[in-house]
Amino acid sequence: MLEQYGYVLVFLLAGIFFILMAFLTGWLLSPNGLLGVKYKYKKEVMVDTYECGVETYGTSWIRFNVSFYLYALLFVIFDIETVFLYPWAVSFKQLGMPGFLEMIVFIAILLVGLAYAWKKEALKWE
Amino acid sequence: MISGEKIVQLVSGLLQQVYALLGLSAYAGILDRVVCAVVMFGFVAVFVMFLVWMERKVSAHMQSRIGPNRVGPLGLLQTLADAIKLTTKEDVHPVKRDKIPYFIAPILAFVATFMGMVVVPFDNKMVVADLNIGILYIIAITSFTVIAILSAGWSSNNKYSLLGGFRSAAQIVSYEVPLVLSLVPVIMITGKLNFSGIVQYQQQAGYWFVFPQFVAFVTFIASATAEANRAPFDIPEAESELTGGFHTEYSGVKFAMFFLGEYVAVVVSSAVAATVFLGGWLPPFPFLGFIPGFLWFMLKVLLVIYLIMAFRWTFPRLRVDQLMDFGWKVLIPITVLNILVTGFVVLLAGKGA
Repeated sequence: MLEQYGYVLVFLLAGIFFILMAFLTGWLLSPNGLLGVKYKYKKEVMVDTYECGVETYGTSWIRFNVSFYLYALLFVIFDIETVFLYPWAVSFKQLGMPGFLEMIVFIAILLVGLAYAWKKEALKWE
Repeated sequence: MISGEKIVQLVSGLLQQVYALLGLSAYAGILDRVVCAVVMFGFVAVFVMFLVWMERKVSAHMQSRIGPNRVGPLGLLQTLADAIKLTTKEDVHPVKRDKIPYFIAPILAFVATFMGMVVVPFDNKMVVADLNIGILYIIAITSFTVIAILSAGWSSNNKYSLLGGFRSAAQIVSYEVPLVLSLVPVIMITGKLNFSGIVQYQQQAGYWFVFPQFVAFVTFIASATAEANRAPFDIPEAESELTGGFHTEYSGVKFAMFFLGEYVAVVVSSAVAATVFLGGWLPPFPFLGFIPGFLWFMLKVLLVIYLIMAFRWTFPRLRVDQLMDFGWKVLIPITVLNILVTGFVVLLAGKGA
């Protein structure tokens, strides 16, 4: 079983290698690259941050809207729910009715949480 | 009769002889894996080129246009021309960027989805590695695109990129939950997490899961479309609001990698839909069994991809609050309800729903 994960590792390394090769090709062929056409331009303007043609004002690394954080929190809760649901779903038929009732209780608690978040307008985008 | 299993046997036999000829038999295990990766990369690259062409033709058809028809027969080489154009473009980096995440983001965007191709079963036994936790693996690996998009948005130090990246991350994590939950009923019925097992179950049962689990199929396609940031859920790239979204500051090859990653994500989601809900390599009727399984599989994948492409020109783009509402207030309750109903039906019927 474990040797199958060798494929995963090789795919990871091969994927990174292919992308780096593509970057290398791009660097070789692009203007002012090793093999590309050479030309002169005003570099300072070209490498400035794009802001629809006007000069950039301030930085973008600022505080952001809190609703992103709320969605992230809710996502973590529901993602952990799925982590519990998957092994339960695999052995669903062996567990039978008792296991199903227990899972209903578990899901119900989470749904109450979702309903609370809904009521408190945590799901409302501003 | 040609089957995927025979092709695999033939190719691996051929490879063994090549290794013996080169005196590399000792490294056969590693070389097999490398060959797999190279072949899969070639397949992905060519298939994505075809898909871009197909998307243009579908769009053109739906808007009563002709579409690309200049480069090569039927414009088939148009995408190749575009790839050459993108490669010869200058790679412009903004000076104010955060260098390391800026460099890593396009690599991660592609690699994360490319690794999902490991478990996609093209035919019986024609799969790179049939992991016993295939579904879990594919969901876990493809979620790494969130990190790529967030780091691209943050590291560009551009307001459009940042907003696009945040919106995209919020959207992807919101639709991740219904995506994962919509697969749970199928796992409950089959009791298996690997793709080949699910297809074999459908073969024995004699039906595809799209019929008993139609709700799950619809929610899966909807959330997969949102996961891949495609229209009508393409808020992060809403060009009228955010110019280019998280890849505003990327150009040349790096931009091409985001593009490639997006299409591979569509391929992976469609492959999962085709395998889990549409019976993978199984023919729709037994008398059509003479057509090899991998052709059926590709046909089903293309069908799902066509559906996703048709969405783009069928539905208007959602507003960002409507988008989040649709995920949390519509899809999640429906999928949870679907799990409960499936559970009851399976337990009361005593066997498959």
